[in-house]
Amino acid sequence: MSKRRPYVRPMDGWFKRDPFFIEYMAHEGTAVFVWLFALEMLAGLFALAAGEAAWGGFTAFLASVPGLLLNGLILVMLLYHGVSWFLIMPRTLPPVRVGGRKVPGSTISAVGLAAMLVASFAVVGFFCLLANGGQG
Amino acid sequence: MTGQTKTVAVLRYRPEQDEAPVWQEYQVPYGDDTSVLAALNYIKDELDGTLSFRWSCRQAICGSCGMMIGGKPQLACKAFLRDYPERVTVEALAHFPIERDLVVVMDGFIDKLQKVKPYLIPREMRALEDGEYLQTPEEMDLYAQFAGCINCGLCYAACPQVGLNPDFLGPGAIALLHRYNLDSRDGGQAERMEMINAELGVFNCTAVGYCSEVCPKMVDPANAVNVNKMNSARDYFFRFLRPAPKQGGCR
Repeated sequence: MSKRRPYVRPMDGWFKRDPFFIEYMAHEGTAVFVWLFALEMLAGLFALAAGEAAWGGFTAFLASVPGLLLNGLILVMLLYHGVSWFLIMPRTLPPVRVGGRKVPGSTISAVGLAAMLVASFAVVGFFCLLANGGQG
Repeated sequence: MTGQTKTVAVLRYRPEQDEAPVWQEYQVPYGDDTSVLAALNYIKDELDGTLSFRWSCRQAICGSCGMMIGGKPQLACKAFLRDYPERVTVEALAHFPIERDLVVVMDGFIDKLQKVKPYLIPREMRALEDGEYLQTPEEMDLYAQFAGCINCGLCYAACPQVGLNPDFLGPGAIALLHRYNLDSRDGGQAERMEMINAELGVFNCTAVGYCSEVCPKMVDPANAVNVNKMNSARDYFFRFLRPAPKQGGCR
């Protein structure tokens, strides 16, 4: 009779097993804050459609301490999510070749991060311009 | 040897006597060049002949000595005692059933490798007198990285999705599949697309990316898997636009 009795180890708590998995759970977990921010934007849109009083209430919430704390937290989480997203980007793209040479992953991440910064400043700048009535 | 010893803790499992794996510690003399594999061989030869583990080449090419060293998937011949301050833990490769001590059951992994048709399926049949199938260095460069796989299984031990769903085709097999799909001489892409699209195919991957970090041969299985997610989506949406493949073994 066979003495074979292969042992299968349990997977409970696998995400705590390795620092790499903890970081993975952290960058996936921060996606929740992307969702929260989308909800906040949607609430703003509904408030705008509901009239001046509702919109005033929404902007008052944004300017209040809990509102600022919440959005500060969302900003930090979104930045972390964005940075980790660009760091993993080279693993998800087909090989990029420029002049017959393969572009290293670190360059792809750096270009992505730079594009994110430029786009962020452009959007913030545009809204600052709007807020100032186009006066720069 | 410096005359110093280091503690090597090994997760033992002897199915005839152990209900579950148990840790056992050994004191092993070491020097700067003592690999974990050398330490295991010292234990087997000098301290405890009952310890079981797989090994062969001692130079990171046979892929036999994959195990969890200090909790990370590594080749025992490529990990050194000097890098662990006082104590090093050695355990069988994660996500594989333990057969005995550090030996795992590889059957499921080997089945997956076979399933992806890891051989050239000629794009066009050539008669013997037509000569070899030629390939330029540029064409070879496309897949060369993925051809470096030594089937050591470290990427499977790094992939939590493999642990949660052992039937997932997994990083190594998909990298091997990709290696043949990228080969200019191969025409088997349509046959292999079934495996990519399947429920146990690429979409089990959640892009943890640890598989590529632990690979001892600088293969990037995470890239092979994720590029094939795109290929699968393209295959799904544009499959009606392609002419039907010719009947027969090759396209």
